[in-house]
This record gives sequence, structure tokens and C-alpha cells, in this order.
Amino acid sequence: MIEPLATDEKVVFERTEVLTDHALHYCPGCTHGIAHRLIAEVIEEMDIQDRTIGVCPVGCSVLAYQYFDVDIQQAAHGRAPAVATGIRRVLPPDRYVFTYQGDGDLASIGMGEILHAANRGEKITVIFLNNAIYGMTGGQMAPTTLPGQKTTTSPFGRDTAQTGHPIRMCEMLNTLVEPVLIARGSLSSPKGINRAKKLIRQAFELQHQGFTFVELLSTCPTGWGITPTDAVKWLDRNMTPFFPLQVFREPGAMPDASHKYAPDLKVRDEA
Amino acid sequence: MNRVVIDKDRCKACEMCVSVCNKELIEISDELNAKGYHPVELHDPEQCTACGLCALVCPEGGIAVYKAKKAG
Repeated sequence: MIEPLATDEKVVFERTEVLTDHALHYCPGCTHGIAHRLIAEVIEEMDIQDRTIGVCPVGCSVLAYQYFDVDIQQAAHGRAPAVATGIRRVLPPDRYVFTYQGDGDLASIGMGEILHAANRGEKITVIFLNNAIYGMTGGQMAPTTLPGQKTTTSPFGRDTAQTGHPIRMCEMLNTLVEPVLIARGSLSSPKGINRAKKLIRQAFELQHQGFTFVELLSTCPTGWGITPTDAVKWLDRNMTPFFPLQVFREPGAMPDASHKYAPDLKVRDEA
Repeated sequence: MNRVVIDKDRCKACEMCVSVCNKELIEISDELNAKGYHPVELHDPEQCTACGLCALVCPEGGIAVYKAKKAG
């Protein structure tokens, strides 16, 4: 693939060497491939390939260990933050530990693990891909499925009277005190992809200060039943109004509510 | 001349690169690749500005872009 560079040209874009040559198994147009590449590029730019450990979820990205040329551990469904906690606490502190999770993994069965890992302030980076559907199992309704969205288990559209509204993970985690970075990006456009890469880079750089969380809005053209080019338009039109693309928490801009609470634990002032 | 190297066996014909090319230089070809998709091809490389958007949005990481340096 990589051809010898002529002396009179410069590289605008080349495949990063942190990705293996393995062909991706994802459906055409799936943004998992973009997310993989962004993480790999950040690892390459920071020169931490030999010090990075990834934890993969259950879902479409269950086979991600084939694609990253770093150490990867496969976790049980939803338990990636718990596995990453163990890895972080056992290995020397200069290691970089990240988990890569989808919305069916992180926001449903893994809800307990992610909230408690964030609340403990584990020094890990969580990359959360939100595509509003269960992709691997065939397009069932996920916790992040939009109201009225048709899936195989909500054939008449998600009924919010029965199943509630989608869960906004960033906003929920933003109520906790410990996380140092909580941000949401989108993989729907070149601009969004560049911004997403900056967020991932920032998350990796801040990782040794505390818990960092980057949510990436993604597409599932197969599960949504539309073409990849329509899927990014559908994402921009329908998902971003409910899942705003913001940086919710970063060091130096901590909200007042997250100032650490240190009570004196007395019943009354001494006389 | 600017070069866009497309790894045709990685291509799944999702057309993301086709949709972002401002000059509309990329199109689906008639040939078949090893996976059975019609891979994309660059049909007028002379006009390519090597902006790199096609490579940026390619989910397969199958596009490399090289920009020619100006003479002198």
C-alpha cells in the first residue's frame, strides 16, 4: 500500500502503522473504522505504542484486537472499565489504558461499571461510540435509540411512554466529581472527525490526571437501513440536537458543583 | 502531480470519499475487487488539490494522499 515517496512530494495522508494490515470486518461506511484510525493516529503521534493497553467490548468492535498493533484485552460484556481498572492498578503508572465501547455495551449492561469507574476517577480513557442501535446483534433498540426510531425490537418506533428517552451518558457522567475530561464529538463530517481526533488526543494526554471520557456519535448504515452517505446526514439532523457536541468537563473549567466537598464531620460548632 | 493512492482491495464502495470530494473527482469504477465490491477510482488526477478529505473520511484507511512540492 505505502509506495516509495518521490523526493518532490510530501505526505498529506498515509495509513498509520499502529493499525495492522488486517482488513476491517465492519460494514461499508461504518464509522468504527474512522474511530479506530483516530485512536491509532493519536497513539502514533504521542509515541506510546509500546506503553498502550486497550480493552475491547462486546459488540461489533469485539474483534478490534485484530486491528490495533498494541496490547489488547477483550472484556466481558460491559465490563471493560472494570478490566481497565485492574490493568491500570497493576501496571506501572506510565502506561496508557483505554477502553473502546459501543452504546449497547457501555450504556446498557455496562452502565454500573462505567459510572463507578468514573466515580472512582480511574486513570483510564473511555472511547464511547454512540450509534443509537445494537449493530452486531442485528439492529435492536439500544438505550440511546432516538424517540420514534424504528429498530427490529421497536418496529413501530421507540415508544417513549414505555421505554423512556435516550440516555445521555456525557451529561450523566458530568454530575460526578472525579472525571477530568468529558466531551462529545461526531464522526459525521471531515470537520467533526478532526475535532474528534483532538478530543481523543486531549483525553490521552490528560489520562494520568484522572478519568477521561470521549463520546463519538457514529453511524450504523446497515442497522439504520440507509446508505452511508445518508447515514451521516441522518446523524447530523437527528442525533446532534439531542446529543449536543460539547466539551462538558475539562481541567481549568470545572463547574462549581464539582468542587470537592470536604465536610468537617462535626455535629455542631464547639462552644 | 498530486497523487491519491487507493488501496482497491480495502474499498467497500461506501462512497464517503465520493461525497466529500469538492472537485467530484472520485467515482465508483466498473471493476470488481477481491471482496466483490466496485472500488472507487480517481478519474482526473490532474485536477486533484491533495486536500486529503477523501482519506480523512475513509473508514477503511485505504487512501493515501501525496502533494507535489512546488518547483523552485
